[in-house]
Amino acid sequence: MQTYLIRRLLALIPTLFFASIIVFSVIRLIPGDIIDLMLSENDFGASDRETRAQITEALGLHEPIYVQYLVWAKKLVLHGDLGNSLWQDTPVIDDIKARLPYTLELGALGLFFALVIAIPIGIYSAIHQETLGDHVGRTISILGLSIPSFWLGTMVVIMPAIWWGWSTPTGAVPFLDDPIRNLQVFLTPSLILGLALSAVTMRMTRTMMLEVLRQDYIRTAWAKGLKERVIILRHAMKNALIPVITLIGLFVPILIGGTVIIEQIFTIPGIGQLLLESVSARDYPVITGIFLVVGLIVIATNLVVDLCYGFLDPKVRYDD
Amino acid sequence: MPAILQVKNLKTHFFTDAGVVKAVDGVSFDVQAGETLAIVGESGSGKSITALSILGLIPSPPGEIIDGEVIFDGRDLLELSDEEVREVRGNQIAMIFQEPMTSLNPVLTIGEQVAEPIEVHKNLPRDAAMARCVELLAKVQISDGENRARDYPHQFSGGMRQRVMIAMALSCSPKLIISDEPTTALDVTVQAQVLELLKELTQEQGAAQILITHDLGVVARYADHVNVMYAGRIVESGTAISIYDDPRHPYTIGLMASIPNLDDDVKEKLIPIEGQPPNLAKLPPGCPFRPRCRHAIDRCAVERPELETVADEHKKACWIDVNGQ
Repeated sequence: MQTYLIRRLLALIPTLFFASIIVFSVIRLIPGDIIDLMLSENDFGASDRETRAQITEALGLHEPIYVQYLVWAKKLVLHGDLGNSLWQDTPVIDDIKARLPYTLELGALGLFFALVIAIPIGIYSAIHQETLGDHVGRTISILGLSIPSFWLGTMVVIMPAIWWGWSTPTGAVPFLDDPIRNLQVFLTPSLILGLALSAVTMRMTRTMMLEVLRQDYIRTAWAKGLKERVIILRHAMKNALIPVITLIGLFVPILIGGTVIIEQIFTIPGIGQLLLESVSARDYPVITGIFLVVGLIVIATNLVVDLCYGFLDPKVRYDD
Repeated sequence: MPAILQVKNLKTHFFTDAGVVKAVDGVSFDVQAGETLAIVGESGSGKSITALSILGLIPSPPGEIIDGEVIFDGRDLLELSDEEVREVRGNQIAMIFQEPMTSLNPVLTIGEQVAEPIEVHKNLPRDAAMARCVELLAKVQISDGENRARDYPHQFSGGMRQRVMIAMALSCSPKLIISDEPTTALDVTVQAQVLELLKELTQEQGAAQILITHDLGVVARYADHVNVMYAGRIVESGTAISIYDDPRHPYTIGLMASIPNLDDDVKEKLIPIEGQPPNLAKLPPGCPFRPRCRHAIDRCAVERPELETVADEHKKACWIDVNGQ
């Protein structure tokens, strides 16, 4: 187990190294650079060569890209410093630290809702295969799959406002400052985020459950004289949920992608919103920083998922 | 000796898209306390479905027990409520399945699985059930039971898993154990061990056994009575000795002729039963064995023969007396 963990953690280094190179160079390929934006913001003509050169040099963008990368990487490795925002000149790490908790909460709640909705319906559907309840559950699932969350989010914000003059609460506060207010704000967006994922999870749960219920060991369990509830919860569910756990690992990047849109709709000052702002402003260090942190989260959650197999599936052992 | 189990006119049909499959079609037999009854037949003859029907384990849909009685301990199991049937399953009637590799739950420990029926039926707390489990493992010759109980099925060999299944079946001291091809999936050397163990332990507990098999060698050695099934019905039944010494149904005779015998001349060829078992969804009228029977007469194509007594405790379902010819 320990060797396995160390090996996996060591594998993080090359992954993050290549990811950072890709992110660092690709964002600089977006048409229209930060200098253009700064010049137009300050009413300088784009052709003002002198000013342009001054700004470029001040921001350190005059160097070749690999030099910029090495400078950036050196600071990161030696000091854990992700650099400063090109616009505000504040440390990127502080921006991310301030915003990350909102996004993590949104994602975690979204995942929570996805599972809470999907697993019971999936199990119900499997046990009552081809009944009315099963059909209703599967129809809802197809709907969940086909309705994009940006559309649903927009509707949920706009429609109640038009009909009843009510709108979803906004103005996110950190959970620890005011838990109730915090949950009020996060309830709707995380539900919408979770709904899209619950569709896939539900179908997966149903399929796996049907598969497991056909297994010989379920028949053995019946032959022992166990109650249906015990057979489902103790004998079938653990087997059926192993692949569902894999799905959760795959959800993390989707969730983070989803938060970019959802945060925008519900004005939650999370990392998704920060990303969108900094991409529009071509704030390279912020973008790079965010991607690096997101990458780290994705890799870490997948590691956790892999470790979960060890607990669920006794055949998986991490000691060599 | 009183019969511990009486199956009367059991009919289990499967309603499929291809038609109604009459997997078990009017089967009747008794099991006496303490005896071993073998049910013999090819794949698809209805022997496993008969066993599953007794415990109400037929997957439904598509399967359904459409008629018959299964009298156990004075009660018709088919009339009992779900809860009452659960009380019988694993407690008074236990079952051992064919596939030891897949019949144990891969994510639960051996101990949890063996102790489960004890906890449920005997209302013992976990520790006491576990202690009993370790005892049972010792009985089925799994040493170091205390540690092995914490292991998972994939850490056991096939033969050991089947012994675990036996331990599980014996856990509540049932009056009847149904073994559905318990050794088919095992190596030949392990088969004998498992069957010996099963015989010894059922005898020790005074339990009766229904042994489902297609292996006539097993029947000769372990069974008191034999039912030969073909196409969902019993075609011949009797004591193991009478079936071996004096088989009367052409199908039974065919089965016997297809067993290799060590004493026979090696150049002599085995005589197989020609043809295939019939499609149970499209049974022709008359005797279902007729197309494969070398003794068939005109009447066989029209009327299906019922079981009739040929000698003491020996019955056959055939229009002609093959050995008499």
